[in-house]
Amino acid sequence: MNDWTLYEVFVRGKRGLNHVHVGSLRAADDEMALHNARDLYTRRNEGVSIWVVRAADITASSPDEKDPFFAPSGDKVYRHPTFYDIPDNVPHM
Amino acid sequence: MAFDNAFEALTDASDDSRWAFGTGFEDPLSGVDTSVPSGVDGSALAAYCLMLGDDALIFSHRLQQWCTNAPELEDEVAIANIGLDLLGQARLLFARAGKADGSGRSEDDFAFLRVEHEFRNVRLAELERGDFGQLIAVLLVFSTWRLALFSRLVDSEDAVLAAIAAKGIKELTYHRDYAARWAVRLGDGTEYSHERMQAGLGSAWPYVEELFAQHDVERRLGVPVPREEFDEVLSQVLEAATLTTPEVPPRAAVAGRTGRDGVHTEAMGFLLAELQSVARAYPGATW
Repeated sequence: MNDWTLYEVFVRGKRGLNHVHVGSLRAADDEMALHNARDLYTRRNEGVSIWVVRAADITASSPDEKDPFFAPSGDKVYRHPTFYDIPDNVPHM
Repeated sequence: MAFDNAFEALTDASDDSRWAFGTGFEDPLSGVDTSVPSGVDGSALAAYCLMLGDDALIFSHRLQQWCTNAPELEDEVAIANIGLDLLGQARLLFARAGKADGSGRSEDDFAFLRVEHEFRNVRLAELERGDFGQLIAVLLVFSTWRLALFSRLVDSEDAVLAAIAAKGIKELTYHRDYAARWAVRLGDGTEYSHERMQAGLGSAWPYVEELFAQHDVERRLGVPVPREEFDEVLSQVLEAATLTTPEVPPRAAVAGRTGRDGVHTEAMGFLLAELQSVARAYPGATW
């Protein structure tokens, strides 16, 4: 099993929402990864759409660079649109 | 900001119907009109539902035996999913049989309290668990045959059986797809995988003829024999998989009787002993 490729799985629960990361799996190729994802991660009717991505193809930020990457945005409150009232009937905000 | 509740959207927290809590399942056909339509032979309908239900129950049990034994974790879950789909089909068909024959027997009565010669499954379903190649061969044959059958049963005169078939088609389409993909992957893989896949096919093939021998009950209900579709699908898959149709004689009937008449292989007794052990040791127990 160790020579199978590691994939990350993203599932979209409902139309209009975004895909979210649900876990990982191993498969021999892309097509098998998609089918394995169907069997492993949508058994309880969780999804309407699946993405699988080879884990090796994901470029991730490094924990060492946390400060230069993320700290500068911490004190810039004016970037948040918090000064607006969001109407109750606007979902997912 | 609430984009982080996207995970919640994956599950509907208030919906418990997808979980099985202990025993005490409800009648899967509750709320459905289960009267037998006029012009349909109730006892033949019940007998036929039992045949299809037994195929599903017994093969499901064989698939469950792959839990902790599959070559890959991902495939273990896939095989268990297929087993669960078939168990669901068995429940519906048993419930239909109990209503159609007027006996009011429950799914548990059918599954756990009958003896070997009362089971009507084809012998293919009870074959002892072999290697993964054999599993794929049996699953390919079983799901191709059953899908071809169910896609004709949607026109059944009995609306309940037609509805059960319509539900099963979606499941069986996936089962066949899963088996066909693996058959091609192994058959057209390495020399060794090809050899194992061909051997698996060889061990399933003697039980193919039996699937298409029209039983008296099927004749009375006018159930068609989907041999052509089966041959067409199989030849397409086998060609893609570079496999050949095995040249093996069909497994003999015993005095003209096979699984559909309650005559089974030696493996069946052991299977039932395991399947029924808890229900027999603790009659009527709930948890």
